[in-house]
Amino acid sequence: MKPKFGVIVFPGSNCDYDAYYSVKKVLGYEAQFIWHKETDLKNSDVIILPGGFSYGDYLRTGAIARFSPILDSIVSFAENGGIVIGICNGFQILLEAGLLPGVMLQNQSLKFVCKDIYLKVENSETLFSRSIPKSVIKIPIKHGEGNYFADESTLSDLEMNSQIIFKYSSGSGETSEVYNPNGSLNNIAGIINKRKNVMGMMPHPENACDPILKKTDGAFIFRSIAESFN
Amino acid sequence: MFKATVIIKRRPKILDPQGKAVEQGAKLLGFNNVRGTRIGKYIEFFVDTNDKSLAEKEVKEYSEKLLSNPIMEDYEFILEKIK
Repeated sequence: MKPKFGVIVFPGSNCDYDAYYSVKKVLGYEAQFIWHKETDLKNSDVIILPGGFSYGDYLRTGAIARFSPILDSIVSFAENGGIVIGICNGFQILLEAGLLPGVMLQNQSLKFVCKDIYLKVENSETLFSRSIPKSVIKIPIKHGEGNYFADESTLSDLEMNSQIIFKYSSGSGETSEVYNPNGSLNNIAGIINKRKNVMGMMPHPENACDPILKKTDGAFIFRSIAESFN
Repeated sequence: MFKATVIIKRRPKILDPQGKAVEQGAKLLGFNNVRGTRIGKYIEFFVDTNDKSLAEKEVKEYSEKLLSNPIMEDYEFILEKIK
């Protein structure tokens, strides 16, 4: 079965079309946009919270989007085992909504970072990472607030339950501080909830799908998700 | 009617790169005694009720649910009756 992806659109989302284009036009799955003021997920099988600057990043990233009407439906969808992926601002919204633990602080450099980076796949057993055929993938990041923070007990919980999916690394998978683009604790780039159906990641897989871009590692993530419906 | 002033501070244990960068500016200006610059938020608004305990409850909930994120921030507020 081909899954239907629902891409949520907030005022200020700017990677919504990239996500839609990649899953529908490049990878050939079904996709639809859902405006944040709606409450119906329109039978979507997978929800994508896209990147951007919802509500202008005012107050804190994701803080206001978290109270958009669609979020209640997404929370119940996730509680019933529905698959949700939050990318960049989408990850920040998941944190504010409490669907994932922790917060996102400003990059340590105080600079917006936009570049291709390497990610070590820390957990390849999840439905988001199962079909990634290598241990290191290359995907772009573009954010000013991607400095993941959580208290010590949350962090040890994440490590213990294998909830960290991606860590910033070198091309060969070394995860030292040198390869940390934003100051994230333990080089964290992407995490998953305990139930393993909600994932947030700062890098943009939707911007590494189309072969014309000469980078396609992001497609592994969407394929992984889609293959869980087979 | 009440006027509420909410001050949001980053928890002491959480790094404040912005405060650190600003403090470098202080050093450049020659303020050698300045230490521990931290940047927070100052938010003010009105609460249109005459019931003080209701006003307090609303300010508290607003601060906890939206204005601050308890994982990284603490808040305090002042409530003044204005008419």
